[in-house]
Amino acid sequence: MGWVSNMSICMPEPDSAVLARRNEIIAAMRMIIPGEGVISDPVALKAYESDGLTAYRQMPLVVTLPETTEQVSRILSWCHANGVKVVPRGSGTSLSGGALPLADAVLLGMAKFNRIFDIDYEERIVVAQPGVTNLAITRAVEAEGFYYAPDPSSQIACSIGGNVAENSGGVHCLKYGLTTNNVLGVEIVLIDGEVLRLGGRALDPAGLDLLGVVVGSEGLLGVVTEVTLRVLPAPETARALLIGFPTMEGAGQCVGDVIGAGIIPAGMEMMDRKAIHAAEAFVNVGYPLNVEALLIVELDGPEAECEHFAGEVERIAAANGAVSCRTSQSEAERLSFWAGRKAAFPAVGRLAPDYYCMDGTIPRRCLPQVLERIEALSKKNGLAVANVFHAGDGNLHPLILYDANIPGELDKAEAFGNDILRLCVEVGGVLTGEHGVGVEKRDLMPEMFTDIDLAHQQRIKCAFDPELLLNPGKVFPTLHRCAELGRMHVRNGQLPHPDLPRF
Amino acid sequence: MVAFLPSDANEVAELVRHAAASGIRLTVQGHGTKADIGAASENGAICDVTGIAGVVDYDPAELVLTVRPGTPLAEVEALLAANGQMLAFEPWDLTRSSGPGATIGGMVAAGLAGPRRVTRGSVRDHLLGFAAVSGRGERFVAGGKVVKNVTGYDLSKLMCGSWGRLAVLTELTLKVLPAPPLMRTLAIFGLEAATARLAMAKALGSRADVAAAAYLPGSGECPSRVLLRLEGIAPSIAARIDILAQALSDVELADMEDGNGEWGAVAGLSSLAGASQLWRIVLPARAMPELGQMLDAHGAAWLADWAGGLVWTGWTGEPAPIRAYAESAGGHAMLVRADGETRARIPTFHPQSAGIVRLEARVRRAFDPAGVFETGRFGDGHAD
Repeated sequence: MGWVSNMSICMPEPDSAVLARRNEIIAAMRMIIPGEGVISDPVALKAYESDGLTAYRQMPLVVTLPETTEQVSRILSWCHANGVKVVPRGSGTSLSGGALPLADAVLLGMAKFNRIFDIDYEERIVVAQPGVTNLAITRAVEAEGFYYAPDPSSQIACSIGGNVAENSGGVHCLKYGLTTNNVLGVEIVLIDGEVLRLGGRALDPAGLDLLGVVVGSEGLLGVVTEVTLRVLPAPETARALLIGFPTMEGAGQCVGDVIGAGIIPAGMEMMDRKAIHAAEAFVNVGYPLNVEALLIVELDGPEAECEHFAGEVERIAAANGAVSCRTSQSEAERLSFWAGRKAAFPAVGRLAPDYYCMDGTIPRRCLPQVLERIEALSKKNGLAVANVFHAGDGNLHPLILYDANIPGELDKAEAFGNDILRLCVEVGGVLTGEHGVGVEKRDLMPEMFTDIDLAHQQRIKCAFDPELLLNPGKVFPTLHRCAELGRMHVRNGQLPHPDLPRF
Repeated sequence: MVAFLPSDANEVAELVRHAAASGIRLTVQGHGTKADIGAASENGAICDVTGIAGVVDYDPAELVLTVRPGTPLAEVEALLAANGQMLAFEPWDLTRSSGPGATIGGMVAAGLAGPRRVTRGSVRDHLLGFAAVSGRGERFVAGGKVVKNVTGYDLSKLMCGSWGRLAVLTELTLKVLPAPPLMRTLAIFGLEAATARLAMAKALGSRADVAAAAYLPGSGECPSRVLLRLEGIAPSIAARIDILAQALSDVELADMEDGNGEWGAVAGLSSLAGASQLWRIVLPARAMPELGQMLDAHGAAWLADWAGGLVWTGWTGEPAPIRAYAESAGGHAMLVRADGETRARIPTFHPQSAGIVRLEARVRRAFDPAGVFETGRFGDGHAD
């Protein structure tokens, strides 16, 4: 199958036969979704040409906004029968281009699936439609003292269905896990229209953990139409410490020593000098400006526990050369510590016309070495970089500053970003900690996986969607046909140790 | 049965390729502590992975452990304990106190977790990545060796609980966590199953951060008991006992100290030790009391873990009634122990809907097109 160049990334070549049938496809969609749920007007379609990774744009063939599982099933079944590709979309906040449209594909928007069906406080479970936003889950249960733990920074806008597709994380996932650790079940529609339930309200699956592989599959395996989530009692208190270090090494060692002391903070965030200054200029919350690294350590739980661990963290920080340490004395102060970190992306955005956010994870012990090499790459590429990390789990978010109006600078930013991700893999880390592969990191997958590794992943795709109609062009760098992947070449080889029987 | 003892992943790959070419079925095995789960397979050979053992990498501050599958679980647990850490899901191993105990590979392949699973997740929540040989005789890896990773499909989830039907695991990377310095167990005596279930729901819904909750029905002189386990540092536990006392103000909480003996009995199923059959029923906790009534009516011994979300029973009747009940409640029932004739007749895993059966078969075939791992142990022929 061929690729065509679209911007700086190549996407599957549009099927001209499908493009020629556009009117017929739109009519078929209107038969399934009456009223305004089918968008074909170019002006209205424009709103869907991109997701959170705005460097890449593509107008979809048509947008459908179904409201029921039956409609989703009929859309998929029709597209399957007619060989038409489908790109699912939640709120469109993906930072890896997971919902980037294809010219010859139906964009399936799930925004109208916006109801919460059931809240069971005794079992601490919420059953919701996938278009409900992440934050709306917490809003729905907080009056009773509960919350939904995964909190990606886009939580006001991002949908639970999108969280399932991307296995979204957030600042609290070292202690509370990613989406996959907080989802119990889904209703999913396969490409042929079949509706299945994976998992449910019980803790373990009856057979293979198919739910586990659907979470984080980036919209390539099916369309989720209902999600069963676990919610948790909100902690009694949360305390944050704001700690300044004269060196990144000191901050990094502090993180390791906190965990080594048996403390798993609710969140542990680090910022470098450039990020600290940008954030402070943006929100004015009193971040120390004379330090190279700033650490926010959040502890949650009973007051007595927070008190005790805050003292421990303070002691560990001092032992690692901290030059300033403030412990929040009120909820307002705690939130002010976070305000700068939460505004770090827009704040850094003021330093340059554009920034490109990376998302690799490394073993934490490699942090000083990785930062040094990112600095060298920054010099080599002539582009500045600001660093913010989920330090507890080694998830780096270097923000590369560039100006897309300068010819060639976007390419340079992408090349720099790719070098950073290669570096993450080289030191034993991974390409993406929470943003997903999407189109963005698709072509870097061979840095981490061999062809054989990738074939084992892609055969899962084939088990769910053998014609590769759902969200093609994402995740996998090569579009192998399933028939080709399915072949097994068995050498009629001799057994290596024929005399090994033991019994 | 013939057994092969490969000493590394390359030898496993050669063995699997040979088996695929010559139509030999392979049962993957560690110490064989769960060999009596599932139907006995008549033919084929054993791929014994105990020769592929040892810790590959362990850096406590990274919270990551990489280990080969044949490593005894007890050895791994001792290593972690020496560093103040643990496998937070409490691996389930009935042979812990008698015999060699499970290997870590077998533990992952079975995917079964103990009491702490209700709040801290299962094996599947802690397997970060792995290396394996699929039924195609190819070595492959998935996941990673860091605690946060979403690169590619999460095949680690599929491996947990796959019971050797997809691949031979040759290396495992697990997330480990600090072990709590202290444990404290509180008991409530004499509650019926329905009130016990509610008490456990209240406890888990409170801010006491209860790590585990179990219910042991009364028998003879011995009153029923609800067990609630708190873990952490002393000042925190003290504060959380107060929180629990408030949340459960209508009952009396008895202090059982660390409760090690009690929890050993829950995880080790000592009250069901003599039962000729053993069932493991996972279901929404809400349904536990009614299931308990049904088991009581038939004189079947039982106990509940996971705040009621897991019921173990020595039920010896036909499987239909408990399987039907579990299914109607949104759960499922697995046959864990029975004589050979029963295991040949009754499928180990709860029969699933036709759609799931077909999808599972396609996923299994994706890893194992020649059926090398289809030994008949789990009645898993290709469905379509």
